[in-house]
Formats: sequence, C-alpha cells, structure tokens
Amino acid sequence: MKCTTKCKTIEILNLSDEQLFELSKKNVLSLSLEEMKIIQNYFKKLKRDPTDVEIETIAQTWSEHCKHKTLTGMIEYIEEKSGEKTKKTYNNLLQETIFKASGELNKPWCLSVFKDNAGIIEFDSENGIAFKVETHNHPSALEPYGGSATGMGGVIRDILGVGLGAKPLASTTVFCFGNPDMESSKVPEGVHHPRRIMKGVVSGIRDYGNRMGIPTVNGAVCFDDGYMSNPLVYCGTMGIIPKNKIDKKVESGDLVLVVGGRTGRDGIHGATFSSTQLDGESDISAVQIGNPIIEKKVLDTMIEARDLNLYRSVTDCGAGGLSSAVGELGKKTGTVVYLDKVPLKYGGLCPWEIWVSEAQERMVFAVPPENIERIIGIFKKEDVEAVCIGEFTDDKKLTLVYDGDVLASMSMEFLHNGVPKPARRAFYEIKEEKIQKPIDMSSFEISSSLISSLADLNVCSKEWIIKQYDHEVQGQTIIKPLQGNNIETSGPGDAAVIFPYTAVKNTRKGIVLSNGLNPQYGKIDPYKMAASAIEESLRNAVAVGANVKKISILDNFCWGNPSDPEVLGSLVRATKACHDMSKAFEVPFISGKDSLYNEYFINKKKYSIPSALLISAMGVIENVENTVTMPFKKNGNKIFVLGVTRNEFGGSVFSKIKSIDGGIVPDVYPRESKDIMEKIYNAISGNLIEACHDCSEGGIAVAVAEMAFSANKGVYIYIDAIETLSPLKKKCRSGNEMTPVEVLFSESNGRFIVEIKPDNEEKFRKILEGSIFSEVGYVSDDKKVIFESKKNNIKVQQSSEVLLNSWRNTIIGC
Amino acid sequence: MKKIKVLILRTAGTNCDYETQSAFELCGAVVERVHINTLVEEKDKIFEYDILTFPGGFTYGDDVASGKILSNEIKNKLGYEVKKYALSGRPIIGICNGFQVLVKMGLLPDPELFKQISTLSYNDSGRFECCWVYLKTEKKIGSESSCIWTKNLPDVISLPVAHGEGKFISESKDFFEDLNKNNQIVFRYSSKDGGEPEYPLVSNGSTERIAGICNKKGNIFGLMPHPERYVFALQHPAKEGFNSKYGWGKVIFQNAVDFAGQ
Repeated sequence: MKCTTKCKTIEILNLSDEQLFELSKKNVLSLSLEEMKIIQNYFKKLKRDPTDVEIETIAQTWSEHCKHKTLTGMIEYIEEKSGEKTKKTYNNLLQETIFKASGELNKPWCLSVFKDNAGIIEFDSENGIAFKVETHNHPSALEPYGGSATGMGGVIRDILGVGLGAKPLASTTVFCFGNPDMESSKVPEGVHHPRRIMKGVVSGIRDYGNRMGIPTVNGAVCFDDGYMSNPLVYCGTMGIIPKNKIDKKVESGDLVLVVGGRTGRDGIHGATFSSTQLDGESDISAVQIGNPIIEKKVLDTMIEARDLNLYRSVTDCGAGGLSSAVGELGKKTGTVVYLDKVPLKYGGLCPWEIWVSEAQERMVFAVPPENIERIIGIFKKEDVEAVCIGEFTDDKKLTLVYDGDVLASMSMEFLHNGVPKPARRAFYEIKEEKIQKPIDMSSFEISSSLISSLADLNVCSKEWIIKQYDHEVQGQTIIKPLQGNNIETSGPGDAAVIFPYTAVKNTRKGIVLSNGLNPQYGKIDPYKMAASAIEESLRNAVAVGANVKKISILDNFCWGNPSDPEVLGSLVRATKACHDMSKAFEVPFISGKDSLYNEYFINKKKYSIPSALLISAMGVIENVENTVTMPFKKNGNKIFVLGVTRNEFGGSVFSKIKSIDGGIVPDVYPRESKDIMEKIYNAISGNLIEACHDCSEGGIAVAVAEMAFSANKGVYIYIDAIETLSPLKKKCRSGNEMTPVEVLFSESNGRFIVEIKPDNEEKFRKILEGSIFSEVGYVSDDKKVIFESKKNNIKVQQSSEVLLNSWRNTIIGC
Repeated sequence: MKKIKVLILRTAGTNCDYETQSAFELCGAVVERVHINTLVEEKDKIFEYDILTFPGGFTYGDDVASGKILSNEIKNKLGYEVKKYALSGRPIIGICNGFQVLVKMGLLPDPELFKQISTLSYNDSGRFECCWVYLKTEKKIGSESSCIWTKNLPDVISLPVAHGEGKFISESKDFFEDLNKNNQIVFRYSSKDGGEPEYPLVSNGSTERIAGICNKKGNIFGLMPHPERYVFALQHPAKEGFNSKYGWGKVIFQNAVDFAGQ
C-alpha cells in the first residue's frame, strides 16, 4: 500500500504485547491489549502493516462509545445476600435484560426499537414520534459551554438522522453537578468549579437550543458532590416523522453525500477519549465546536429533500465522525471514499484526521446517482454545502483514497464484527436496609424542615435555567415546565405536553415528555434506584394526563469504570430492575445509551461518580384538552392522596438535611402503582381532576406545599387521614406506626396528590374503588399551608408566600 | 371572497415561521414561507402578497447584533422593493427578531426615512429570558392609535416573550416624544391591571416600557412578544382566552387579514 507524506504506516506486525499496549495508549486509541492483538493478527494475514487511517478507523469503530462493548459483552455476575452467593452469566447484558423486555412486550405501536439513531412509536395513523437522549459528559467537564452545546447539537442530529429524518419538536435536558457553592479549595486540581460548569453548561444548551428553534421543555438537575469532577449532561430531543419515512436502505451504486458543516481538527478522538477516564492531561481539542445556524439550515433543507424522496438513507456524523457515519451506512455494501474531496475548514489536516474528526453539523446521505444534482440544488439554494465524497460499492470493503492513493482497505466484516467480546466480572452485595430510628419533631421543627426541604438544591426552583431556554418556541408547549393559574406565580410541573398543531394539521393529540432520576437511592440500592426512576418517569407523565398504556421509555446509564467488578455489579443490578419494571408496567424501552468511565484521576486518587440511571418517558395523549397542571384551582375543593405511604427514608431529601442514617430506599410496587396510574387516567379523561401532582423528593409535605404556593392559595391537610403501611410487614396496615413527620416526608413511590371538586367526588371515588386512597383535606382561601395531626397534637402552619420564596431563592441570578 | 396572501420571509436561523404560518392560516389567509435567496431572484414577486411578515428567530445567529445582518441584506438586495411595499400601506409585521430587523433597517419607526434611528439592545437582566408578560394596549391614551394590527383588543393582554435583546432605546430624546405624540407606541409592558410592572414582568429595561411600536400610518407593526404563540386558549399557562377557544394573539393576525381584505 502506497502512502502519501500525509499518511503513515504504523508498524505493528512485530510489536510485543507491551509495545502494542503502549501504542494504544500513546495514540489515544483506547484499545485493550486483546483488541490490539486481534488487529495485529488481521494485518499479519494481509501480510502488511496498517496505515494510521486504518488503525484510527478500527479504534473509533470499536470504541466503547460506539460499540457499547461492556453492556453487550459477556459478564460473570455474582450476587451476595446474607453471605450466600448466586452466580449468573450474561452473554449480552442488554440483550438479556432491556431488549428482552421490549421484545416480549412486543407492542404493535412501537415502530422502531433499538436499531436506529432514536426509538420511534406511533403518534397517529400517519406519523411516528422519535425520541433519543444522549450524554455529553466528558466534553462538558473539560469545556462546559462547548461540551453541552454540541451535546444538544448532537442529539438533534440523531433525530434528523432517524429513518429518513424526523422534524424536531422539543428537547429535554438533565444535569448532575457538584454543589455550586463549594469552597474553591475543595475542588480537585484540574477541575472546573461546579458553578462555572453549571453556568457554562446551561449557556451552551441555551444558545444551541434557542437558535435551533426547538423548545427545551422538560428536565431535572441533581446536585451531589460526587459529580464535581465528572458532571453529567444528558440532552434529549423528540421529533415527528411520517410513518412511510422510517425505513431506509443503502443500495450499491448510491453516492455518499456529506452535507452541512465543514471538517476541521475539532473533536479529534472524541469517541475514544470518552471511552476512558479523565485526568489532568485530557486534551481539550477532543471537544467539538458547535454552530447551530449551520445545523438549522440543514434541518430546513433536508426535510424538503426527504419529502421529494431524493435519498435512500441518512445518518448523522456523531462520535467517530465520517468514519462512523459512512462506515455504518456502508456496512452491508462496502464503500469507497475520496478523503481529499471532503470540504475542510482549513488546510493541513492529515487524511486520518479528516476521517475521524467529530466536527459538528454534518450529515451523510446515500443518494441514487440520478438524484444527485437535484438534491445538491436544494441544499445550495439555501447556502448549505453538499459534496459528493464517494460511493457505496458491492465489495463489502472499506476503501479510502486520498490524492489517488489507497490509504485503507479493510473488510467491513472485520471492522464491524471483528471486535472481541470482553469478558468482565461483576459483583454485588445486597445489604440489609433498616428503618431509621423513629423521627419525632415538634410542629415548629417540622415547619422549618419543610422550608429547608423546599430550599434544598435538589428540590428548589430551576426557574433560572428554565427561563433561559425558549421553552415556548414553535408555540406547541401547552403543558409547561413552570405551571401557575396566572402568569406570575408558578410551581414545578411534573411533565411537559407538546400539542403538535403546526406539524400535524387538525390533530387533537399531544405528546408527553417526562423523566425520572434519583442517584441518591442508587448509593444504597441500584435496583431500587432504577425501579424508582422508571416509576417516577411514568408517574410524572400520568400526573398531567398520560395513559400509562401508551408510554415508552429510554434508558441512559452513567456509571464509573466497568473494569471494577463492584461498579459493574451495580450496573447489572440496575439493568435487572429495568427488565422487571418494563415487564411489570408493560412499558417498553425503545432506545438507550450508556456512558461509562465517568471517573477522574488526580494525584493517584480516583474520583468516581455516583451511578446514575436517567429514565426518559415519551407518550401519546389522545386529547390535549384532557390534561391537568399541578397548582390548586379553587377554594373548597377536596384533596386526596392516592397510593400508600410507607416508612421509606433511604436516600431521601429529608435524611440528607437532617443527617439521618439508614432508612429504607423507596421500593416500587408495580401492581399497586399501575392500578392507580390507570385510574388517574380514567379520572382525568372524565374531567374529574382539577389538579394533580406526584410525590417525589420531599414527599407529601413538599408536593402539597408546591401545589399551594404555585396557586397562591392555602391548604389544610389532616395527617391522620393519610394511608400508611409498614414496608417490612407488607400486609399489616396501621396508621400508628409512623410519626407525623415520617408521614409527611417519606418518599414512597406510587403516590399522587389530587384536587377534586365536591360535585365530582362520588364519580371519582367510584373510579378509585379497590385502590388505596383517602381524602386528606381541602383547598383554603387564607393562603396558609396547614398540616395537622390531632392524635399527635401537631399543627404545622406556614404562609404559602414564605414557602414560595424559600423554594424560589436558592438558585437565582448565577 | 379573495384569499389574502401572506409572505413569511425566512433565512438561515429563522425559527418561528411555522407557528406564524399557522396563526395566519387560522385567520383564513394563504401563507407562503419564502427564503430570501428565492425572493432576491424575483424581487417583484413581493408585490403579489397582501401581507409581509418578518418572523422570530436568530437570523444568521444574531452575529454582530440581533437582526443586523438580515436587515443589511434586505436593504442592500431588496431595499427599493421593501420600501415601496411599506409605503403602499400594506400590512407588515416584525415579531421579536423580525422587530429587530425592522428597527435596524429603519422601516420602523419611519419607513419614509428608512434609516436606523433606534435599536433593540441587551436586556437589563443580562440574559435571554422566556416568560409570559402583561401588555397594556395603548389605544386609550389620547386618540386611538392608527395601528391596524392592534384593534379589538382588551386594555391588557398577556403574551409570551423570549429574547435577550429587547431593550428599545434611541440616542435622541425627541424620538420618544414623537412616538408618543403620534400614538406609535402600541404595547407597553405592564402589571396585570395595566400599572407599573416589576421584574420579571419586564426584564429588558426598555425605554418607557415599550414592547411594540408602529409607524405613523399604522400599517407596519413591530413587537418583541410573540402573538403567534397565543392563538389558542390552550397555549396560555392557565388556559385563558376568548370564546373559550382562542388566544388574544389571534386577534392581531385577524386584524391584518381583515384589513387586507377590505
């Protein structure tokens, strides 16, 4: 093989194991020794050394980021409970847990599951809706603004690149940060201060999302010092696609058209660098540079080209750049690409850099030759650069050419299926959880605990972030992130609803988006964390009017280093919960993503993140008129608590504030919870519910307070009327086992606070028959929030304005 | 009856074009979204339309300053036609980024002058903010404004705003006196009852709390808030509206369609 001066041959045929490993490390290939040896053998058979282009191509294609080797690899899992060990071998963890559940549920309304750039479900007879959530953690740690902006840009391209292209309707963002008020001296060397990360990340999302004209309508922020060196940035986008544009297939002879941004040196090694841990030496040039206006122009034009049927397939350039995008499209046919034809931002790039650069805003199309002029014309008309850089062949080989020289020639089979399956060990010990010592407090202490709960970083208003996002653009956000009865006061909505009336003429349907996340629970039990996240995402969607039978979910795992058996063990345990809950709630997973190696090395000390599983939910709402918000509506209306309150304080906000040890992590009781969700849907559809809010962080106390202050109203709650159960003795019901403060702040899953007009009470009770629920109070006009237990001689009283201010004033004007 | 034809002029970074199209369609108009490159090829085509619209967005990324590049482009490539169109008395609206474009090319406040004499600068709050605000419709002050876009509205309406550069300012003191004298200030940020608003009901620090102005004749209207995002009651945070179905933003589009149909 002939090489130009710009292309080097990498001598590997005669390297020792040690030298192979050194080569992988030096060139940021993130390949294991075993993988390097397989590459060496492949080229031994070809009787030549590889070029740098070939080695880089293999490294990108085989990276954890692109291939998800750990989650699809072999895992020997050992679980220990009270000294007893059980063993299980997974040949492909995802296949045997999450995919399996979706396969078994086999919902006819799931149109594309785990095979394209996003999952797609049915919206109506003509259209599907696609949803994808991505992570951009490593880049955001190094360069918060650029990292988050390109994270948003990247997930939007996933939606443009699903099927033959979907039109984005809304975005979601979820972040995990360290405490923004952290003393600077406690921030590890080489790490940005959490406040700088938060500001940068929020600005990046704002500038990209707002310029794209896609409303960011739902999200969450979790603060924990465990995320100080490795913040988590999840970006999600939902879009709409005609059902007849979902299938795509490249044919031999189609041309490779690269459209949008030019290629530069930004984002070299993004895929491989995010497949390893960060340290003080991590290279900032691995972070891409975003330009939303170029992406907007691609969006404007490609939908026109799509509707004229001018191309046969499309995908976005994400991690691994052209190498990954063209490689993926040409997997079954083979492809030849002329790297010198790729439009560049500036000269001087080596061929391998052109091939793996993760420069942004690029899409790759497979275009039949007869359409090439027309499609280029459509792009050109609106100043979008579109250049033909090669073609799809029928030789099942990847061939790369530069200035007439062949720089790479490898079989697609080796490239895509040659990666060895790693075998890893995983271990998890189930620890016994115990109920904490009884918590007893005076009325005054309970009142001040409520104030500190509302002011807690993980509960408080995220208005500062929400209002910087244009969450109203496109005019379709009818259930908003902040909800009030007028435009001045507002509280935290459970989920957002998009009414896509500009995209689908004359529709009455809506799309609900929500999420569930609670890393605090995962510190004690990852199974319950995953189960709770799933239940919470469903609960949030149901609270605004969604039908749990029409909801699909996405998984996003952010974990530490999987070569640590205990880290991997907790991941296995979380995937088990995903399988079990998906089956129990009959809610299918349609797409997902994992980001591993979220750890940081400095001075030989390892900082690893608290494992986080984000569950994002998308569902179809039959009639947008049948949706509700969370503020109380009218004085005199009755308040009900649906679901049962158990003594569950493990990982709770209250335990954190009051430094309470132990406690049981909230469990999920799917039968109980699904039953209530279905009944709420019936009640909302029958117009019987005025306001609905789910109980999550901070329990009933926080949920009720939020419903009151967002309406500028008062409320009276009779604590003794709330139904409670002991979590250990499941069947023994007794209201006396929990103290008033425990009833108010326990974070049991599966509960809703609901406001009902007295006139509707009979019908409402009829629907709820057979479920655990109780009437607990009423909405009042004195603007005071009151919780009373006559049995315990407790009366907590606080003005809703004071509560509103404590909720509002934690994060302001950063 | 003759169908009213609306031209929505778009370019790179325009992003409120679809909902603006829907708003006009709801009022019975026929709408075309036309890219500036297409219009420049056949400039006279502009006169085939009854209403001209500059929608919201971030044209050319708001590089240099919001709306600045597009306003220069229009002046250089379509200046003669746009001025002629404006002076013909046909309705023109600029919403958010469109308002910034109208002001920066000088079509507002005086299309005969056609020169920039005011600007929309960075919000006092220092950041982009998206929220709902109250607007006092200024028809009751002095004689009723000649603005054809804002008739039939109650004294105070609410609309969403979403911008980082909405502070309306001018170097000249006479400027605001003239605007007041000619009843060109049609929307001011206000409290619920029409009084002085407090943050966050006004976040940009606009002079005299100006949210929207028109030219003397009343056919050209520019405003920072987004009426196209409130054509249905459903879009309001508390689902308020009129005829239990529509939002007050619809009235603004209806006014222009009705005017053009006369």
